[in-house]
Amino acid sequence: MTPHMLTRSLDRSATIFLAVVAACGILIPLSNLLLPVGSFLQVPTYLVALWGKYVCYAILALAIDLIWGYCGILSLGHGAFFALGGYAMGMYLMRQIGTRGVYGNPILPDFMVFLNWQKLPWYWYGFDMFWFAALMVLVVPGLLAFCFGWLAFRSRVTGVYLSIITQAMTYALLLAFFRNDFGFGGNNGLTDFKDILGFNVQAEGTRAALFALSCLALIIGFLICRAIVSSKLGKVLIAVRDAESRTRFLGYRVESYKLFVFTVSACMAGVAGALYVPQVGIINPSEFAPGNSIEAVIWVAVGGRGTLVGAALGAVVVNYAKTFFTSGVLAPYWLFMLGALFILVTLLLPKGIVGTFNAWWDSSKEKRTATSVSAAAEDGVTEPKMMAE
Amino acid sequence: MNVMDTRATSAMLYLDGVHVSFDGFHAINNLSLTLEPGEMRAIIGPNGAGKTTMMDIITGKTKPDEGTVLFDGVTDLTRLDETRIAELGIGRKFQKPTVFESQTVQDNLLLALNVDHSVRGTLFWRGSKAESERIDKVLETIRLTEARNRLAGSLSHGQKQWLEIGMLLAQDPKLLLVDEPVAGMTDVETHLTAELLKEINRTHTVMVVEHDMTFVRELGVKVTCLHEGTVLAEGTIDQVSSNERVIEVYLGR
Repeated sequence: MTPHMLTRSLDRSATIFLAVVAACGILIPLSNLLLPVGSFLQVPTYLVALWGKYVCYAILALAIDLIWGYCGILSLGHGAFFALGGYAMGMYLMRQIGTRGVYGNPILPDFMVFLNWQKLPWYWYGFDMFWFAALMVLVVPGLLAFCFGWLAFRSRVTGVYLSIITQAMTYALLLAFFRNDFGFGGNNGLTDFKDILGFNVQAEGTRAALFALSCLALIIGFLICRAIVSSKLGKVLIAVRDAESRTRFLGYRVESYKLFVFTVSACMAGVAGALYVPQVGIINPSEFAPGNSIEAVIWVAVGGRGTLVGAALGAVVVNYAKTFFTSGVLAPYWLFMLGALFILVTLLLPKGIVGTFNAWWDSSKEKRTATSVSAAAEDGVTEPKMMAE
Repeated sequence: MNVMDTRATSAMLYLDGVHVSFDGFHAINNLSLTLEPGEMRAIIGPNGAGKTTMMDIITGKTKPDEGTVLFDGVTDLTRLDETRIAELGIGRKFQKPTVFESQTVQDNLLLALNVDHSVRGTLFWRGSKAESERIDKVLETIRLTEARNRLAGSLSHGQKQWLEIGMLLAQDPKLLLVDEPVAGMTDVETHLTAELLKEINRTHTVMVVEHDMTFVRELGVKVTCLHEGTVLAEGTIDQVSSNERVIEVYLGR
């Protein structure tokens, strides 16, 4: 990223957003670790883990907003990329268990011993090394998105048809990962993690560090998205969203643009999943459930599509509500509330929270300048600029 | 062999024996047409004569069932897609004004400029003085300098039509296809548009599809009348409008 891309990409709301995320990423872990347990300002460890989960969801929401809000690609299968990133991290964590598993096999994870497998399948090779797993967190979702996008965009599959095949993609992966002989722990998925890079995943320090890293990833992801959407490429993406065939007649290869942004978005979703897994301690096929991907799209709609900040905010707000409502007497009705929320936001706040706020801010700013101009005119003050008009 | 021999024709655009049918309906029927470099041609014809379909064929949106479509004497357009044809230098203005409504007038022109259109090129793009000078010049030509920072969606209908013509200018193609540029315009705007197109024609080859006869007369160029996907008459506006078959087609028999 060159400096001019960075400076161009930071406006008022982006700066506020980054400051808030950075403050949370530093203060919450410090408060958790340094303040005495039980003191008023100490953030309890369970909350650090819970909020860490929200931050990962916020990264996923950013990834969805990049393609949906700016390029009009409505992916209803982005949970698949999130889950694949999570599985790549989970495989590393499984290999770290070593002889501490129930069966004590130094190489094979417990579920493979249970299935009577004699040796590690080839696709598990290399996952004992962190750098390899970290690379796969980006490569596997990115490669799938590239192949999927190459076929779909080149055949000019758009709109609702694209949404449907993304649903089919995540559902197909759900079914595949459910199978025991697929080699990823079947129904139970991957769990019972012990260490990450030699640190105990359950330890408070590790959790605090994972939270801080998630915030850092959110910041980096946000900067990448901002750099993309505020470049000329961002203008082309919006042009594709608003008038795809017009953009083609101007000589832009629309499918290349879609493919680029779709792949970047999938890699971001993969990173979100990889940070999510050590914090929640499990990854299983239910992460591929089509409903999860749809829920993630709702976060973006609630926060405001095409705003980036709104997507992250929407993820946190909706998930906070989910935690709040699913732990009380209202628990059985959560899905109804989510559905109602989606309908109400679409009807009443089509621009989402941040989009509506921005529109209100701009119009009130216009009013303020209008009044100040008329006040200036009354005072007999004339500015040279106005004279020119 | 002389290099010149590889050119099948000296025409900028050469259509010969083109056929297109949609589900048995013959939209274009044995259409043959040539446009010389630097020429401006007006295409008229009743609704359903195949005017827009012809533009779709030239720009790669529709593939003909048979026939030859040559650009600049060498390039077979029937084998290429929209992006490639646009890159070669054919620009198109649509019947319904299509500008990027949620972006500013200036950004619309920036997007249309014929500079590097690759993903990498646009990602790392930084504006140059030459580019902004070109945009300023186009803004002046289409009389939208004052509106440069307004959203294209907030322009009046006539201004949108001009912005789209401006996008064609920024694209700087060898051949401009202009579909109904004065639809919905006031008389004054129509007159200004005719002036604008004549100005553009000094440096570009232009094909204009239009219903408005006053406008076509004002352009004062060679006219081709299409009917049922084929050329019915060709000549000056007076010759064409006094042609008995043209009168028959327009007034019904």
